[in-house]
Amino acid sequence: MRPAADLERAVSVAAGVHWIGAFDADLRSFDIILRTANGTSYNAYAVRGSDGVAIIDTVKINFSETFFRRLESIADYDEITHIVLNHLEPDHSGALPELLRRAPGATLLVSPQARLMLKGLLDPAELAGRIAYVGTGDHADLGDRQLEFLNTPYLHWPDTQCTWLPDEGVLFSADFLGCHYCDSRLFNDAVGDFRFSFDYYYAHIMRPFRAYVRTALDLIEPLPLRIIAPAHGPILRRDPRDYVARYRAFAASALHGAATKSLLVFYISAYGATRRMAEAVAAGAESASGATGEVRVSLYDLEGGDAQPFVDLIEEADALLFGSPTINGDAVKPVWDLLSSLTMVDVKGKFAAAFGSYGWSGEAVPMIEDRLRRLKLRVPLPGVRARLTPTGDDFAACHELGREVALHLLGRATPRSIDLSQLA
Amino acid sequence: MPKANITFQDIGVTVTVPAGTRLIEVSEKVGAGITYGCREGECCTCLTRIVSGHEHLAEPSVLEHQVLRDNLAPRRHRLACQAQVLGGSIIVQPA
Repeated sequence: MRPAADLERAVSVAAGVHWIGAFDADLRSFDIILRTANGTSYNAYAVRGSDGVAIIDTVKINFSETFFRRLESIADYDEITHIVLNHLEPDHSGALPELLRRAPGATLLVSPQARLMLKGLLDPAELAGRIAYVGTGDHADLGDRQLEFLNTPYLHWPDTQCTWLPDEGVLFSADFLGCHYCDSRLFNDAVGDFRFSFDYYYAHIMRPFRAYVRTALDLIEPLPLRIIAPAHGPILRRDPRDYVARYRAFAASALHGAATKSLLVFYISAYGATRRMAEAVAAGAESASGATGEVRVSLYDLEGGDAQPFVDLIEEADALLFGSPTINGDAVKPVWDLLSSLTMVDVKGKFAAAFGSYGWSGEAVPMIEDRLRRLKLRVPLPGVRARLTPTGDDFAACHELGREVALHLLGRATPRSIDLSQLA
Repeated sequence: MPKANITFQDIGVTVTVPAGTRLIEVSEKVGAGITYGCREGECCTCLTRIVSGHEHLAEPSVLEHQVLRDNLAPRRHRLACQAQVLGGSIIVQPA
């Protein structure tokens, strides 16, 4: 719902707590990677105590005027003692420099991980003596009430933290538990149906960090939550625990069953050579696994599937092998389509390797290996390349590659010693 | 030139390197799970657990100390882009 022009006033959220954010109803694309049918909101809050006012987050810079008008409707700048930035991304810190100028008595409270980002956002001279770095166990005193801090990194930036107001049970959760859904009715029991936006936001923003999501939930679930006040989307005052439970379910395994190690072999093949290499890789992995089936080996032809279901499999897998022919000095597009989708999930530390046939120069394998390393996977085994028709030796090398990867997953690989000069 | 042995426990590989080598130079070449971001000691992407041989690494700089503190790094953790090996045997793991 588009906000009416006369709605530029603060909205009461709880006793002494106001929403002072902004609505961006026309936004259709956020951070390039997300679409939104309903725009978004930049949620900022003011918390009044007997000895001062804390401002929690600001708004995107284009919406500063609205933010300041809302703020001025409930507080004077000289009352502001604390400015809390739960997350420094520009959609939340856009009005921060001006707010610091207007509220010269305020201290900026951020997580220690925000130090690096602050350098890129503000002139350090302007901030001298006005910053405090806070973490779990720290609090800010507002007189008759206090704010407490939870260090919740990588939700979705390293600097992310949550702020907890215990006397009202309000959690200011930054982007965590938020969504892009603009509705001036503001509260989850009043706005339209935003469930798909909530799920979509998790899938695109939080999912790559699901291990951190679980850690944050461990901190948040014991709190006597009454209201969750995220930095985007509806304020969750009806059944806030339902949203926490939804995140807990999301952060668990996306696939059913299968506690064994999973090794996936993806390939695409023009004339069948890379396909046969893939089959040899899979057979090698299977041979290491043996009859006990300790490693579940799966083989997929990228020509026959879309990237998204493969991404779900990859998120749960332990090892990934990619086979591509080299065409025009490159790996082929379906391989890149899949590899470019892997930022959607956490692949850090998974075991990986590449293989493929080629005609002239065989760039695909090293290019895939490079991409895998940049995605922070482990790629310790040299890939296998075969010119045109793979020979018996090539198939043996593929078999050995698959076997070695599987042995690594099983903790049975033979330790190797090498000299630095042997490495490229 | 003095040599050192760095074992990357996550891939089961030991590499002999000249003293003065930074951990990240070896880790990326050998394909271990210790990966880098800025390579300038700021982003903490290359945080590494030193399983043993901590004493065989050059002392952290003021900058590295600060970044380790800001990122709440546990004891015996170093930035691979900053930590230089002096000799002996060092065993490392991605943090």
